[in-house]
Amino acid sequence: MSERVAVRKTYKLFIGGKFPRSESGRSYLVQDANVSLASRKDARDAVVAARAAVKGWAGATAYNRGQILYRVAEMLEGRREQFVALGVPGDEVDAAVDRWVWYAGWSDKLPQVYGGANPVAGPYFNLSAPEPTGVVAVVAPESPALLGLVSVIAPAIVTGNTVVVATSPTQPLAAVTLAEVLATSDLPGGVVNLLTGRISETVPALAAHMDVNAIDLTGVADAELAIELEVKAAQNLKRVLRPAPADHDWSADPGITRMTTLLETKTVWHPKGV
Amino acid sequence: MFEYAPAPESRSVVDLKPSYGLFVDGDFVDPADGGTFKTVNPSSEEVLAEVAEAGAQDVDRAVRAARQAYERVWGPMPGRDRAKYLFRIARIIQERSRELAVLESLDNGKPIRESRDVDLPLVAAHFFYYAGWADKLEHAGFGANPRPLGVAAQVIPWNFPLLMLAWKIAPALAAGNTVVLKPAETTPLTALLFAEICQQADLPAGVVNIVTGAGDTGRVLVEHPGVDKVAFTGSTEVGRAIARAVAGTRKKLTLELGGKAANIVFDDAPVDQAVEGIVTGIFFNQGHVCCAGSRLLIQENVADRVLESLKRRMARLRVGDPLDKNTDIGAINSAAQLARIRELSDAGSAEGAERWSPPCELPERGFWFAPTIFTGVTQAHRIAREEIFGPVLSVLTFRTPAEAVEKANNTPYGLSAGIWTDKGSRILWMADRLRAGVVWANTFNKFDPTSPFGGYKESGYGREGGRHGLEGYLNV
Repeated sequence: MSERVAVRKTYKLFIGGKFPRSESGRSYLVQDANVSLASRKDARDAVVAARAAVKGWAGATAYNRGQILYRVAEMLEGRREQFVALGVPGDEVDAAVDRWVWYAGWSDKLPQVYGGANPVAGPYFNLSAPEPTGVVAVVAPESPALLGLVSVIAPAIVTGNTVVVATSPTQPLAAVTLAEVLATSDLPGGVVNLLTGRISETVPALAAHMDVNAIDLTGVADAELAIELEVKAAQNLKRVLRPAPADHDWSADPGITRMTTLLETKTVWHPKGV
Repeated sequence: MFEYAPAPESRSVVDLKPSYGLFVDGDFVDPADGGTFKTVNPSSEEVLAEVAEAGAQDVDRAVRAARQAYERVWGPMPGRDRAKYLFRIARIIQERSRELAVLESLDNGKPIRESRDVDLPLVAAHFFYYAGWADKLEHAGFGANPRPLGVAAQVIPWNFPLLMLAWKIAPALAAGNTVVLKPAETTPLTALLFAEICQQADLPAGVVNIVTGAGDTGRVLVEHPGVDKVAFTGSTEVGRAIARAVAGTRKKLTLELGGKAANIVFDDAPVDQAVEGIVTGIFFNQGHVCCAGSRLLIQENVADRVLESLKRRMARLRVGDPLDKNTDIGAINSAAQLARIRELSDAGSAEGAERWSPPCELPERGFWFAPTIFTGVTQAHRIAREEIFGPVLSVLTFRTPAEAVEKANNTPYGLSAGIWTDKGSRILWMADRLRAGVVWANTFNKFDPTSPFGGYKESGYGREGGRHGLEGYLNV
């Protein structure tokens, strides 16, 4: 009997809840696979998808967002072996699952921890509450491929932002596989968009994009490129998370700064009276 | 309009010196290259004093003094002691509030009623509020051991000179940083009087440094490699330049920039209250307010009624001597700002909007602009898009709440917004959808040290005031 011929997977982009090839028709060989080489046009298309998703995702209840993030953890747990087969260490997959669970719980707590009533000196109701900033461009760390990626996506979306992520150029397969997890987790299309390819090609377009509200430069290892991107981001005063140091410990407690940097605080006043 | 007898506040309470040096390391010093500039009273064009212009060497000296004070004195000092210095400063501001208010009105042109009743009480309250945080930072929600950043470079505008100083210096010092602050070139005097107050409070030398000068001084300051934090309040254009300048550095940046706020009046709003809110929104401080309600959106079916009432109210605004206690609208801060207001107003007429001002006698000397409204404004007009920063209101109309939201958010700015309606659920629905950092419902232009202030989008980032205001000065 002849050996069965395996059905190979085509690794594509993840934009607006769909898996398109790059509009440029290009791919690059990495991790023994032909992976889509995203273009600037793909980046712009991803921003359009992310913008379209903001209203529904930011407008969803915090409870609902928390449930969906927890569902992502469930789906990821079930695909543990698939990630291990791609070379992701088992304990990294476990840590990535746990990170989704940790962030899932923040959805309906951060507004309480980070907002609240202000005791103004007058007869006014005065309340500050955080809101998502909108569309966030994210440069995922080169490594760890899965935990690093989850650690930058989850804090951005848990509060209601949508993201366009430039994935690790050298280890994109974990990212595309995570997209399959996200696509089966009730996460609305467009909340997370993933671009595989060269950071130097897609990210400058995102940094300069006038409909992007914030940029997370965590994965930018090239100091010159980081400066160029931060300068571009200033054009519409994007909120900026600067690059993480090379020795950043991704297993440590993440804290809340990743979430709060991508939030706006809105303060509402109203007089009290009869 | 019926006449009031003149009721001028005496300026004898202010002891103006002919010239002022820079405040560096606890002393007033001459600038290295001896440069000076003049600051004038915008209501009379009288020269008030000559002020030192800090160059690169002076800025460097100030940053070094701040670094030394941070490392040797202020950084290691227990929070409870930092608190006591700040409480002391708050008290001296209260004790000398009349002097500060008169000086502010002289240098800025704002009515004494506002500097006395709004600016100064808020300045003292701001120091009082942050003084209390200095020994409680571990309870502020930024982790168990929040650390200061180091030396803060702070650049402030001319519209609320002393209040902006308080918004910058009080949280910086409470968090354990030292500061180098540059006041605006047209309004340096209250900052220099504040320097004297620091001396009077025996604040350790170098904790607060004041370098006077124009844009170049500010640029040198924010670009100085020795600063760890940059805080700027001013125009979006300069804010962008600063964001570019700090790219790739360790400097933490907070920006409070321009605005083009919508003040939205629904058909169920009490008209008299709304009109007071419209007037407060755009004519407070001559409209030199980044969060001014400069775009009035009126529901179409009540537009005529609201405008008629607004015009009647505007005819009773008193424009004139800032030191007169009856004055509602004082002088425009500078010739340059007056030119900008005139240019944009002329563009409003040229683009087809209808201009109206009440009959209004303006003084011959000084910089003045009558309160003005434009009706028939479209969203494409420059006066609906650009920040005028003067007593000029652009009036638009809308039919549905959704249209009001659409128009209100149709701007790159996002600092503030106003809503006038009797319906509570509509207020909350609107507040959720307006992309602005401060939403005033059935009120406008209210400020408090406990209440975070700052913008969305191109109005900047970071918050000043409240617990949130500490974050920009802590290593979190």
